[in-house]
Amino acid sequence: MTRLLPVLLLAALAALPLALGTEPYLLNALITTGILTIGAMSLNLLLGYTGQLSLGHIAFFGIGAYVSALTSLGFDVEIGFGYRVAHEPWPAATGFLLAVAAAGACGWLIGRLSFRVRGAYFVIVTISFAEVVRLVALNWVELTQGPLALTGIPAFTFGLPGLGSWTLRTKLQNYYLVLGVGTLCYALIARMVRSRFGRAMRGLKENEPLALSVGINATRTLTVAAVVSAAMAGAAGSLYAHYLRIIDPDVFLFATTVTMVIMVVGGGKGTLMGPVVGGLIFGLLPVALRPVMAPEAQWIVYGIVLILILFLMPRGIVPGAAALLARGRAPRAGNTILKSRPAVQR
Amino acid sequence: MLEIRDLVCGYGHGTALKGLSIEVKEGQLVALVGANGAGKSTTLRAISGLVPPRSGVIRFSGRDITGAEPRRILAHGIAHCPEGRRVFPQMSVAENLAMGAYLRRDRPGVAADLDRIYGEFPRLAERRHQAAGTLSGGEQQMLAIGRALMARPRLVLFDEPSLGLAPTIVERMFAVIRAIRTAGTTVLLVEQNAFAALELCDHAYLLETGRVVRAGTGSALIADPHVREAYLGG
Repeated sequence: MTRLLPVLLLAALAALPLALGTEPYLLNALITTGILTIGAMSLNLLLGYTGQLSLGHIAFFGIGAYVSALTSLGFDVEIGFGYRVAHEPWPAATGFLLAVAAAGACGWLIGRLSFRVRGAYFVIVTISFAEVVRLVALNWVELTQGPLALTGIPAFTFGLPGLGSWTLRTKLQNYYLVLGVGTLCYALIARMVRSRFGRAMRGLKENEPLALSVGINATRTLTVAAVVSAAMAGAAGSLYAHYLRIIDPDVFLFATTVTMVIMVVGGGKGTLMGPVVGGLIFGLLPVALRPVMAPEAQWIVYGIVLILILFLMPRGIVPGAAALLARGRAPRAGNTILKSRPAVQR
Repeated sequence: MLEIRDLVCGYGHGTALKGLSIEVKEGQLVALVGANGAGKSTTLRAISGLVPPRSGVIRFSGRDITGAEPRRILAHGIAHCPEGRRVFPQMSVAENLAMGAYLRRDRPGVAADLDRIYGEFPRLAERRHQAAGTLSGGEQQMLAIGRALMARPRLVLFDEPSLGLAPTIVERMFAVIRAIRTAGTTVLLVEQNAFAALELCDHAYLLETGRVVRAGTGSALIADPHVREAYLGG
């Protein structure tokens, strides 16, 4: 059942445009929700599996967006002492790869700086980092256009030699791109979590002294997790930039980090499906409420839903639902316990 | 094999160990006994690198391991079976055992040791896919012992292995520890249950407020009037 669920959900999401048609408002909501869900999945890798809360996760997302946009737009800026750096536009796909690399490098830097002490220190470093990056994006006008925004960002173009190339201009194409990248990230996280490295991450969260005593290098493990997490957030940012084709310093808004945290915690942190389920619910809830109530009322309902979920299922939707299912099967489980042998052997 | 000289160790402003010296010879089962706060657990934590010593020397097989990182000390062959939260509660039994072999790269050797431990503790084999947190206290302790052995250590440190366990399980657990020693692994055991530990061990140290106050064979300490009065109930 738990193995089948992601496959069923993927099939449903892949078939969704066939059922809904290509209504632009709905597709747009699905795409932005999908992009944020990838961000939530990357946040879950840190928050859910290592227990480290990155409250500046949007920084990696925004860095991905800006790096990708600037790579594909080109720039010519003075970096001081009369030196100028000029860059000719490159394809958007190259921007995507550079965005992943740049965000990953920032994750490494933040991890190196803060994981010797961890905990609250990491939270503060990530918040400050996000704020610094936002201020740079706002004030380095020559590079980023500041509040005037970077416009005319090209869409993704994929080409195969001899077969021509496709430019992803329509919403439908972008929807499937986001779905593809999201699936890839999900598979990558699933593999990672079950590996030896994943055991090290979970061990540090569950019982740090014991994890150290079995030989886990805490700083290295957490730093690698931060790099992968940041790189994934950077990928999501790149998708965002080439889909909207315009970005401004508002991509660094703290509120977006909070949305991602809500998606992870509401869906169930430390589970593979948690951020996906949480992402879809909290991403699409405003869409579902829009036809029936005023915007002010929507946010109240949003808050009530969040409180109810956390009140009824404190560990999130996915673990909560799993516990409910297990309770349904309880009579059978009870029998196996009665049949098994007593606790003391020999 | 293990030699500690004038070890001083503490947390914050307090000093838990005030110049402790002990020795563990290869193949022995050595016990540290004493009251709460005597410094028994701190000694083990200092050996395995979880608490940095302020001064003193810890040598293992002639190598100075004072203040080394826990994973280096484990790589030299010292495994620690800590008290309190002994397992990774949300991981399966199999994953907990795999954690014990985290630093080992010889897959066939690890697989063989896993089979051996499942053979020794059939209860763990039955529950290999179950979350460790759902096991009983005794089963969790067996799992913790199994995990320590998965590192294929030359010296195992046991910290209060009988704490919180039912008497029948305590007996079985001491039998397992004796079997580990018989199989050739050196054991350093910390126990509040002084009588059981003194009966089991080859050599023992009595700790009081961070210092060794008595040393000798287990039977010598059992016969010691001070030990009898303070720890064995007269």
